[in-house]
Amino acid sequence: MKKDKLLMGILVFIMLAGLPLMLAQSEEPKEYVIPIEAKQFSYTPNIIEVNKGDRVTIRFISTDVHHGLYIDGYELETNARPGQDGSITFVADETGKFAMRCSVTCGSFHPYMIGYLKVKPDYRLFGSIWLALGILIGSVILVSRRQKP
Amino acid sequence: MNDKKDRILGLIPVDWRYDLTSLPYVRRMFKSRWMPFLPIVLNLFVFTVILMAGLTGGVSAGNYNFGIMFVWIVWWVLLMMVMVPVFSRIWCMVCPLPAFAEWMQRGSFLGVRKKLIGLNKKWPKPLKNMWLMNFLFLATTYTTGFITTRPLATFILLMSIIVGSIVLSMIYERRNFCVYGCPVSGFQGLYSNLAMTEIRAKDPEVCKNHKLRECVIGNEKGYACPWMQTPFSMKRNTYCGMCLECFKTCKYDNMVFNLRAPGTDLLVDEKRGLDEAWKAFIMLGISVFFFLIMQGPYGILKDWANANTIEGYLSFVGIHSVFNLLLLPGIFLVFAYASQVLGRKDVPLKKVFINFSYTLVPLGLMAWIAFSFGILFPNSSYVLHVISDPFAWGWDLLGTAKFPWTPFMTGVMPYFQIGTLLLGLALSLDIGFKISKQTFQNREEAVRGYYPIAVFLTAATMFLIWLFTG
Repeated sequence: MKKDKLLMGILVFIMLAGLPLMLAQSEEPKEYVIPIEAKQFSYTPNIIEVNKGDRVTIRFISTDVHHGLYIDGYELETNARPGQDGSITFVADETGKFAMRCSVTCGSFHPYMIGYLKVKPDYRLFGSIWLALGILIGSVILVSRRQKP
Repeated sequence: MNDKKDRILGLIPVDWRYDLTSLPYVRRMFKSRWMPFLPIVLNLFVFTVILMAGLTGGVSAGNYNFGIMFVWIVWWVLLMMVMVPVFSRIWCMVCPLPAFAEWMQRGSFLGVRKKLIGLNKKWPKPLKNMWLMNFLFLATTYTTGFITTRPLATFILLMSIIVGSIVLSMIYERRNFCVYGCPVSGFQGLYSNLAMTEIRAKDPEVCKNHKLRECVIGNEKGYACPWMQTPFSMKRNTYCGMCLECFKTCKYDNMVFNLRAPGTDLLVDEKRGLDEAWKAFIMLGISVFFFLIMQGPYGILKDWANANTIEGYLSFVGIHSVFNLLLLPGIFLVFAYASQVLGRKDVPLKKVFINFSYTLVPLGLMAWIAFSFGILFPNSSYVLHVISDPFAWGWDLLGTAKFPWTPFMTGVMPYFQIGTLLLGLALSLDIGFKISKQTFQNREEAVRGYYPIAVFLTAATMFLIWLFTG
C-alpha cells in the first residue's frame, strides 16, 4: 500500500512539476520576417517557432515549381513560383502546432508536403499530456483499491 | 480471474450482448444467398473504376486520381474509423478482390456446389498464423511512397492481390489467401478484437447437441466455413471473415450477429501468440512511420520513401524494419520483464509479454484513427473532384470537377486526435488490468504487474500526442 502511495505521489509530483511551464509568461511580442523556401516536397525551415502575440511575416519562395502554403488553424494562404515570391503577415494569436501545407499540386508527394508553425506556449500539448497522466493516475487509484469481500 | 461482473471502462458489462439478428429483416438478409453477393458486386463496380483510373493515371500526381483518392482516403478512412472498430471484418464480407477466386473455385456465383474446383490442398501448418501476413504487410509499407501517390502503383498492388487470391484458390482449399495471405487481413483480424460487433453461436447447447456441424462441413444451403473456422465455438473475431455462410447452413438459426462492448475478444485467454503480438507492434510502429512520412515535416524521410536515391530507400526500409520488428518489441519486453518481476516471477516471461501485447490493440487502432484524421480533413475535398472526373479525361459528371482544394476542420483536428488517443489509452489501461488479472494468480500480483505496462502505455500515448499535435 505504501508503494502505491509512493507511486501516486511521484505521478502527482510530475504533473505539478509541469505547472510552471504552463503558467510561464511569454516574452514581449516581437516582429519576425521569416523566409520559407519550398522545394519538392518540403519546406526550409520545416518548423518555425514563435511566441503568442508575435507579428510574423512569411516570405514564401519557391526554388523549383509552383508551390502553395496554407496554415491550418489560421486559414491563411499564399503561393509562389520560382522568381515570384508570396507573402503572409499575421499575428500569432492562436497557440499550438499548426500544419503548413502545400496548396498547389506540385507533384506526386504534394499532399504530404508539410511544415509546421509552432506558437508557444503550447497549452494544448501540456493539457493533453496532463490528461494522459491523469488517466494513468485514475487507473492506478482504481486498480489499487482493495476489493470489497 | 476475470469474471462476468467486469465492465469495459466501468460502463458496459463484458458479457453484455444485443442480438441484431433478432430483428427479422436482418436475419432474413443474412440468410439470403444474395448477401453478401450484392454488396460485393456493387463494390466490384467501384473497384473496377479504381483499377481503370489506376491504370490510366500512370505515375501522375495521385491527389487528382480516383484510384488513389478512393483507396487511400475513402476506403482507408472508412476501414480504420468505422468498419474495423464498429463492424469487425465487415470489409472482408464485401471485399471484391478475392471474389473472382471464390467464384472460380465454386464454379458458381450464387449457387451451392458440393465440390470445389482446384487442387483443394490444406494450407501448410507452419503458416497457419499471422507471420506471413506480418511480413507481407510490412513489405507493402516499404512501397508506401509509391502506392499512396502513384495511380499505377495502386493498380499493381490491387492486381497483385486479385491474381494472388486466384492462384492460391486454385492450389489451396477455400479462402486460405484471405485467412493467411492477404496483407490487409492480419491487422483487420487483430484490431477486430476491439470491434463492437461479433458473429457467434447463440446457444452453445444447441450446437453441442447438433453432431453434424453443418457450419463446418456445409450443406445444400451454404458452404463449409470458407474461413475454416468452427463457428459453433468461435470466441474471437480474429479469423472470422463475416462471409455469413454459417447463417445459411445453420438449421437452428443459432448463429447471431451481436452488438457488444468493445474489446471483449482481447480478454479471451486462448490462442494468443507471438504472431499476433508482433502484429500489434508492427501496426503501432507503422502508424508512427506513416505519420512521419505523410504528415511530418522531414523532407529527407519523404525522399527516402520516394526512393529518390537507392541508399535513402534502403535506409528507410532498414530503419522501418528494425524499429517495428526489434526496437519496439524490445522496449516492450523491458516493461513486460518489470511486470513479471513485480507481479510473480514464476509466470513465464513469454506469457507476460504475449498477454500484455494485446493492450496495444486499442491504443494502436486509435493511433491509426488519429492518423486517419490527418488524411481525411485536409484531403477529402479532392474526392469531390475525382468523382466528377474519375479518369482525368475532363469530365464533370456531378458538377464538382472544378471544386478547389479546401481543407476541412484542420484547425480543430488536433483535438480530435488527442481525444482519440486518450480514449485509446483509457481502453488500453482498462484491458491491461483485466489481462493482468488473467496473467497473475491473485489481485495483488495483478495490480503490481500492471504498473509497468500502464506506464508504457501512458508513455506511448504521450509520445503519440506529442508526435501528432505537439
